[in-house]
Amino acid sequence: MKKIIKYVMADILRNRIVLVYLFFLLVASFSVFSLEDNSSKGLLSLLNIVLLVVPLISIIFSTIYVYNSAEFIELLVSQPLKRRTIWISLFVGLAGSLSLAFFVGVGIPVLLYEANLTGMMMIGVGLLLSIIFVAIAMLAAVRTRDKAKGIGVAIMLWVYFSILFDGLVLFLLFQLADYPLEKAMVGISALNPIDLSRILILLQLDVSAMMGYTGAIFKDFFGTTSGMVISLSVLLAWILLPVWLSVRNFNRKDL
Amino acid sequence: MIIASNVSKRFGKLQALNNVSVTCNKGECIALIGPNGSGKTTLIKSILGMVVPDSGFITFNGNNILHHWKYRSDIGYMPQIGRYPDNMRIADVLDMMKDIRGHKGAMDEELVAAFELDKLKHKRMRTLSGGTRQKVSACLAFLFNPEVLILDEPTAGLDPVASEILKEKIITEKKKGKLVMVTSHILSELDDLVTQVIYMQDGELRFHKSIEALRADTGHEKLSKAIAHVMLNTAL
Repeated sequence: MKKIIKYVMADILRNRIVLVYLFFLLVASFSVFSLEDNSSKGLLSLLNIVLLVVPLISIIFSTIYVYNSAEFIELLVSQPLKRRTIWISLFVGLAGSLSLAFFVGVGIPVLLYEANLTGMMMIGVGLLLSIIFVAIAMLAAVRTRDKAKGIGVAIMLWVYFSILFDGLVLFLLFQLADYPLEKAMVGISALNPIDLSRILILLQLDVSAMMGYTGAIFKDFFGTTSGMVISLSVLLAWILLPVWLSVRNFNRKDL
Repeated sequence: MIIASNVSKRFGKLQALNNVSVTCNKGECIALIGPNGSGKTTLIKSILGMVVPDSGFITFNGNNILHHWKYRSDIGYMPQIGRYPDNMRIADVLDMMKDIRGHKGAMDEELVAAFELDKLKHKRMRTLSGGTRQKVSACLAFLFNPEVLILDEPTAGLDPVASEILKEKIITEKKKGKLVMVTSHILSELDDLVTQVIYMQDGELRFHKSIEALRADTGHEKLSKAIAHVMLNTAL
């Protein structure tokens, strides 16, 4: 398994896209921190970039990478290797290199300017998001044979998680304004890892005071240790479930 | 050694394999023959575990291949169209396979030398011609001294010199008592190789005979004539 991870990692690092991504994150982070005099405000601006860009790059790069590795996968499948090993190695290689890029690009500037609990939280959530979207991308790629369709599905998934989901939630809130939905909102936010990450960090930043009654409920739930543990487990489930499903699919795939 | 029992596989509307059962033993050289799309490659890929059959099972030395993936270390496979990571060099591919296989015994680099791949080893895979690609595939299939060789259209795209080298190599390996499975459309090439013939059509196994029996049945000495005889008779 280590050997395959080594080859995947070496291949990804040779591919310059990840380096460009790393460089972009580095520039964005440093410029955001040096633009704002208050580095906690800088963190908030950075949060918006991270929540938009990290899932996008992770899902699209991983999907394309899996399709482009079709030959490599085919070569390995005819060798004495377990299919699960091949697939998990591919996942670890992708998740590892994208997380590494995120850690260098965002983690180091954050540690330099804002090395507190909120900063740590931001790094942790960013790493989790990178891994989650690699997992989702691999599930999308294993289920669709056609490359163009698979990349389309990946883009649609990103649009859904980043844009459509919030719209749907707002629509729901307005339609059902007469009912007490505050508590249900906590549950609904678990359905979208990006929203969950945003809430987790916003509550650390004390801007939750501006989010009204729902914000208070959120604070009540996510502010506590158990709420924190639950939401982190939900994020972990967002990694494990797609990986497990994609392994099952890959085990039965014809090559 | 390899036993397939009632293997069926369907790709959408196409029944690629229909209840195919074959037994292959050590020391045999089996020719898989049949028209295009008769399921030869699907059968080979099922044996390798690259295609998962819908029903039926395949055993290798008595172990069901679904649960014993290690059996593939005893197989050298040469695909019909070798596909390799584009940005790797020939040397990288060979080194990577050696590394991944972790083969303990002696390497068989005879073909690498015979095809003079050393001169080309810094070329990237995407720049290779179809024939050179086939040479790389052939080298990989023989590299780890496997007990079973599965060769899907081995000589397609090779120049006469290279295909003669490959044929000689197959004959030497066969003499060592290995099981060799070959598919080819160039039947004249198979004449001095094969001991058994499997004939497939529309995903079904039509017959599995020794070459002597086939010659006796059809009255033709040459494999190409014998198969033509069979094809014409089944068409009627």
